[in-house]
Amino acid sequence: MSSSPATLAPPASGGTRPRTRSRRARRSRDVWLGILGVLIVLVGAEILSRTGIVNPAFLPPVTEMYASLFQMLGEGWFWENLWLTVRGWAIGLAAAMALGIVVGFIIGSVPFLRAFTNSTIEFLRPIPSVALIPLVVLLFGTKPASAFLLVLYAAFWPVLVQVLYGVADVDPVARDTARSYQFGPLRIARSVIYPTALPYIMTAFRLAAAVALILEITAELVIGVPGLGKQIGIAQSSANVPETYALVIVVGLIGVAVNLMARFVERKALWWHSSVRGEHS
Amino acid sequence: MTTLLKRAFMLLGLPIILVAAWWFASAGSTSPFWPPLSTILEAFPTTWTMDRIVGDVFPSLARLGIGFALAVLVGIVAGTAIGLSPTLRALAEPVLEFFRAVPPPVLVPIIALFAGYTGWLGKIVTIALGCLWPILLNTVEGVRGLEPVLGDTAKSYQLSRWRRLLFVVLPGASPRIFTGARQALSIGVILMVISELFGANRGLGAAIVQFQRSFAIPQMWTGIILLGLIGVLLAAIFKVVENRMLAWYVGQRQIERGV
Repeated sequence: MSSSPATLAPPASGGTRPRTRSRRARRSRDVWLGILGVLIVLVGAEILSRTGIVNPAFLPPVTEMYASLFQMLGEGWFWENLWLTVRGWAIGLAAAMALGIVVGFIIGSVPFLRAFTNSTIEFLRPIPSVALIPLVVLLFGTKPASAFLLVLYAAFWPVLVQVLYGVADVDPVARDTARSYQFGPLRIARSVIYPTALPYIMTAFRLAAAVALILEITAELVIGVPGLGKQIGIAQSSANVPETYALVIVVGLIGVAVNLMARFVERKALWWHSSVRGEHS
Repeated sequence: MTTLLKRAFMLLGLPIILVAAWWFASAGSTSPFWPPLSTILEAFPTTWTMDRIVGDVFPSLARLGIGFALAVLVGIVAGTAIGLSPTLRALAEPVLEFFRAVPPPVLVPIIALFAGYTGWLGKIVTIALGCLWPILLNTVEGVRGLEPVLGDTAKSYQLSRWRRLLFVVLPGASPRIFTGARQALSIGVILMVISELFGANRGLGAAIVQFQRSFAIPQMWTGIILLGLIGVLLAAIFKVVENRMLAWYVGQRQIERGV
């Protein structure tokens, strides 16, 4: 009899508690599984190399790659080249975003321009930016301007297309309302078009950030523009295999960082977007 | 009639203006880097002869086709397996995130270590590996994002595992798979070109760079134009295939938007 309150009490709160606990357990299980997956790949590669199943001249042990990586971290040239790569990426991306957003807003807000430029955009967009490599080499050689033009061309199109989608997505009622309140074109752009287009701009940012990194590294590797990509080429041609891998790992981690950052920025914007929508409806 | 004219004007107006602008702006050009458009067009047929097309362009496109097809095959199979199993997904996610983030061109020096870069193998592997990640990850997302009701319905109708896979899971994931394949195709074209830039090589990309190195500038321009046309053509073919295979999806989206 005295035990009945004790047995009765748990179900009252227990209905929710085990569920949250199991969700948290699942999430922590996923984290551990993810770490396990990374370990499997690292240890697997180490074993493949140590046992000679894969020629260590092609795939050095992972421990050697990381030894080389940590050695690089203490050297000035590494940080200098890292900075050059990140700077080239950031400048190219910023220019592509600025140009894409401005051009997109202008073309997108004028129906005639939109229809008139459509075929040209559809034609220019799929032209591979690497087709421009010979041209930029002639014009700028190995100067950073070569990489800049390639990055700009490659990253501009996804931005432009997303902004055009975004501007086309504007609610006509909202636009008409703004007009009937005698908002000027600039104010309409700022308070009606911009909020609608913002999620699209964030998508554009995510796509363009990844493309820009690919082209920056390509320009460094293929043309010889200073940066980590060029160092990869140097390490490979001087048969320094662990360093080649170490640099590839670094470039991959930059890519991961770029993706995470873009997703973080995007999630902020989307959260804002949906919260505004939620309040109004 | 007037609407037809108007449509033709909208479609062709700007391209004609741009080409004309290029034509006249470059007409008297003596700059070695910007030859007159007329010179470039004259150089086109003599540059891209049958011999060159068979010896350079076709092999490049064949490598792209083989690499892309391999990536689609492996990407869909592995992506479906990972997407269907939460454990496998948790296990593979961080590793996949890393491989996706590696800019594909750095694969070139790595693969050069293994296979060398004069033969087809290294190039095909480069293209296939570069194309794989967008297809794989989008397949995973597509399979994971399937509506649970669909799976439950298929189960309650006692569809076998294979039928469920073939008629429910894959069609349901196909819009995402196509998104991945489209990204992969443009990466594939990039890799097709730059995989030919290392070592002595033949191929479309190799030919263009040889023109540039030997300062055959009009020929180089014809190569850039040809490469651009190929990019446009591949995108157009992809769109046709996508519209055909995803016709149900496009229709469904239109209905959803209409309502």
